[in-house]
Parts: sequence; C-alpha cells; structure tokens
Amino acid sequence: MAKLKYALYTGCTARESTPELLMSTMAVAKKLDIELVLLDEASCCGASHLQDFDDFLSLVLNARNICYAEKQGLDMVTICNTCQLNTVLTKERLDNDENLKSQVNEKLAEVGLEYNGTSSVRHFLYAIVDDYGLDRLSEQVVKPLSDFNIAAFYGCHNIRPSYLHKKYNSIESIVGEGGGEEGFAKVEMMSKYNSGENPYNPSSLDRIIEALRGKSVDYDSKNKCCGFHADLQAPHTANKLTGTALLDAIDNNADMMVTPCPLCHLNMDVKQDSVAKEMGRDIKLPILHLPQLIGLALGIEPKELGLKHNVSEPTFV
Amino acid sequence: MSNERITKKLTFKTFRFNAETDFLPYFKTYEMEVGKDELVLDILNRIKWEFDGSFSYRRSCRHGICGSCSIKVNGKPVLSCKQNVWDLVDIFNTDTLLLEPQSKKRVVKDMIIDKNDFWSKHSKLKPYLVAEIEEHPKEEIRILPHEAEQLLEADYCIQCGNCYYACPVVEVNEEYFGPAQFAKAYRFNADIRDNAKKERLEEVRKMGPGVWDCVKCFECAEACPKDVDPIGKITKLHNQIFEEGMAQNNVATRHAVGFKHSIAKHGLLDEGELVRYSEGTLGVMKHLPEAIAMFKKGKIVMPWNMPKSKNLDEIKTLVKSSSKVKF
Repeated sequence: MAKLKYALYTGCTARESTPELLMSTMAVAKKLDIELVLLDEASCCGASHLQDFDDFLSLVLNARNICYAEKQGLDMVTICNTCQLNTVLTKERLDNDENLKSQVNEKLAEVGLEYNGTSSVRHFLYAIVDDYGLDRLSEQVVKPLSDFNIAAFYGCHNIRPSYLHKKYNSIESIVGEGGGEEGFAKVEMMSKYNSGENPYNPSSLDRIIEALRGKSVDYDSKNKCCGFHADLQAPHTANKLTGTALLDAIDNNADMMVTPCPLCHLNMDVKQDSVAKEMGRDIKLPILHLPQLIGLALGIEPKELGLKHNVSEPTFV
Repeated sequence: MSNERITKKLTFKTFRFNAETDFLPYFKTYEMEVGKDELVLDILNRIKWEFDGSFSYRRSCRHGICGSCSIKVNGKPVLSCKQNVWDLVDIFNTDTLLLEPQSKKRVVKDMIIDKNDFWSKHSKLKPYLVAEIEEHPKEEIRILPHEAEQLLEADYCIQCGNCYYACPVVEVNEEYFGPAQFAKAYRFNADIRDNAKKERLEEVRKMGPGVWDCVKCFECAEACPKDVDPIGKITKLHNQIFEEGMAQNNVATRHAVGFKHSIAKHGLLDEGELVRYSEGTLGVMKHLPEAIAMFKKGKIVMPWNMPKSKNLDEIKTLVKSSSKVKF
C-alpha cells in the first residue's frame, strides 16, 4: 500500500490553546507512517462566527486555504470539527455554483491563487478509519487500553449535517473534481461500503476505541452538542450542555472521554469547575484528544503527546 | 417472481403515557410483520387498529404537508407519513425500533405532545406577510424569479416541530425562539412585498431569545423532513442584522466581528484577544479562573508569541478587497 500523505490544516486552536492536539497528531502520524504536510499559509476558517458577519469574506478565506492543498496536489485533512465543516461548506457551495466560484476566484486572482476543487477535505479521524484502516491500527497496539471505559464524544460538526458528512468525511478521496452528477454517483457508490456515520448513532470513535482494546461507553450524549459556539454570549446554555454530556458519561462509568474536536475538548477539559457549579455536582473526568488516546495505545511517550497540557489531569498514565 | 409479500418481523418498543391517569410513563412492545413499503404512520395505525385502540397520536393529511404526525424513532425525528420503516432498519441496523414522542416532557398522551410553546413563539415573530395591499388592485404585484429565489427553502416549512424539539437550546433556555420560528422569520424577511423586516430583526437580535444563542449544532438541519435547513436561515438572519445596521454593540456581535480583526492581523485567530474584545476589559475578568488554569498548563499564547499565517500579506489583501459588511 502506498504511503498515505495529506496536507494538514491545523486550524487555530491546535496552534494556541490545545498545543497537545498538534503534538499528538504529528506523533501518531509519524508512528503510523502517515505523512502530514503542514499548511502554514492557512488562515482561520471563521468558525461559523465570521460567517455570521461577513459570509463572502469567509468563503474567500476558506477557498484560499484549500488552494494551498490543491497546489501541492494533496488531499486536505483537518483536526478540528469546526474547521472541517466550514471548509466543506465552502467547498460544497463553490463546487456547485460556477457563478459564486468565479466571484471568489476573481478575489483570489489578486494574490495569484485559483480555487479548482481538486482536493478532498476530511477529518483525520476518517483518514485513519477509512484510509489507514482499523485492522492495521489494531495490529500496532502495544499498550492495550483494556482497563478503561472510554466515552466517545463525537462533536457536531463532523457528523451533521449528514449529507455533507457522507459526501466528504466518510469516503475515500473522490478522484478528480468534486460535485457534478458523476461525482455524486461516485459518492453514492462509495458511501455504501465506507464508514457513513449515522448522526443518531455514530460509531467510528467507538470502533477506534475497540481497535485499541478499550471498552467504549454506551451513553446518550455522545452525538450531542457541547455548546462551545455560545460560550461567550450564552454561558449558561453552554455550561448546561457541556455538563449534561460530562455527567452522562460519568453516570455510565466512564474513566475518560475522548473527542476528535479541540473545541469540544476545551469545553469538556478546561471548564469542568464552572460546569460543576452550574450542574450542582462534582465533575472530574480526564478528557483526551483522539490522537492522544491512539498515541497512548501505540506506546508513544506521554511527553510527546503533550499530556501535561491537559487541564483535567489524566492521572492514570 | 411470486406474488408472496416479503416482510420483516420487527419489534416496536412504544412510549405510553396518559398525563391524566398515569404517574409514570412506560413502554409497550408490539411485534409485527412489516412490508417494504410501510411507513412509520402505517405502524402507528396498526398499533391502534390491531393491538390497542387507546393508543394516541396525531395524524391528518398523510401527504407530508400538515406536519401533524412527527415523532422520534430511535432518537431520530421523523415525519411518520414520509419515513419508510425498512430504511430505519437499515440506518440503525436493528429489528427493534423505539417509538417516542417528539418531546417526552411535553406529553399529553402517548405520541401527542403539547405544542403550545412552539406556537406561541411562532406567532411572536409575525409569521405572515405585513404589507399594504390594495383591496381592489389594478394589476398584480410582480415578483421576479431571482426575488422569489431569495426565500430559499424557507417556504417549505410545515411547522412539524422536528427541528424545534431536536434543538438543545430550546431544552435549556425557555425564552429561545427556536429554529422553525427563525426560519419563518427569514421567510418573510426575504419577501420583497413585506414591510416588517426591521420589527422581526428587533426581536431576533435580542440576547436570550434571539439568534445569538444558537449553538450551531446542526440538529435542526438534520431533523427537518423538508430540507428547510433552519440553521442556514439563522445565519441569514445574523447577516441581515449587520446589513440593516441593526447590530447592537454587545458580546455576541463583537464575537462575530472580532474574527475579522484577528484574521486581518494574524491570519489565525488570536483566541485571547477575541475573548477580551468580545467581553470588554471588565467582562473578561470572569474568565480569569479558567485563564489561570490554562496558563498553568501552557495553553495561553502570549501576545508577543502569537503565531501568524505564512504569506500574511495575501490574507490582508483579501480581507481588504473582499469584505463589504460594516459594523
């Protein structure tokens, strides 16, 4: 099998408040012999908030990010659910609207770039599940996680809206240009045998946990929202959503939680004290990023996985 | 091919509760052979007709138009008369399906819920055309195709409530209008004949009940049986608030605008500066305990270490040339 190689769009959080996410992603990729080329040129995706203010600007900026993956002839992987969604929302709109695409390209031409739609965009989680394969991952495990009940927390923007998830996340990279009838037919065909996620009962993270020999926790909140995007303007709403999910995991005997989204991670990991106040119950639960969990099972040193940056201390290590 | 009907033996675990007589809800299990063309509504009918005449649910048109018969199956909001049962068996990979009302805490009887809050919030946003219409017009009001297209899919809403009862904000914030309500507000705001755009925006820009409290979880888009994409319309309402110059200077609007400032300066988002700019210098103090915890763990980037995107000049150029919206 050819070596897997992707352009990595890190997003902002992995460069700032969750440095451990970038460290562990790179460490796991190295261990699995997946080549990740950092897209240092990329800007912020707007996180859906710039979109509320200036939709066109957000399209131009996201298209520019994809351009840099296209220039290298690589498919893009993301490590943040919100980056993933905003990037594919842009891609979906540009690939299906020639007029909009030319308006965006007119702007990009000012800086010598052109968006073509040739690179696919998917979350690293699905690159591991579909491209690398869980059987192969399972063979690499040197420290089985068999002592642990692990709660998978999926994060909204990887699984909803499901039509976008199916089109971009759950299939092997679409050859050639996305969109169009031919592209759609390919998507239909491929999503039949790849890991199309059911937004009401997602399974990919649980399957990863099992591949690492951990025990995945069955609880209702795994596909629910952590409220991150309303943290500042509606803190009670956000805290209640975060708290409900954390307590649901705790009440179902979770020893830890794992998430592929750094924004979910920030809410779950950093805010446990204020969430506990909101909910009127103690909350102590270690929260890991997906590559941190994989890295531990692959025998990577905790130092390389940046575990010292987690606020909810993973004392079990 | 024989004429023999192919069926699957399925189990329906069904929520039962009568608010007048029952202390607690309970589940009853019904087993039946289900054909490939049967819809969830057929199952509800069969439970009533073949098993228990006291079983209650709403139904009317059977054509996906009246919006009465929505329930949840295995947690998935469905319009009963549109949802094929075998498809659900495929999606959930199971022969046992859980039939529940849209919202358990609002149940009157079995699948029937009290939709009072849905309708009262709905009516607060003027879900109708506000226009001076001549009683005896000499000619019709002409609407050009591109003007009609501005309604997007918002006109398809049948008020079934799937999005509303799937919305996590509705569950924790009683004032919050809700996705169907916003989609309807957008539908009339986008209508060129309408004169009440500003009045609706006045309501939807409020902190608490308004669009700023949306958590952007996309549950509404996923739940809608008519592909109305309510969250897309919520984004449009955000845009209208800015376009109409009606954005108040508050934490929510600054949170949106702050992204542009940060991107223009660094390419990336300056997280610390975004919080400070959004909350104001005093408001930011309430985040101090978390900021200290993050600082101790090396999660705070100091202003002098703020990473920047490569080729930042390109980003600056694009922000300047592509940005049209004012705050």
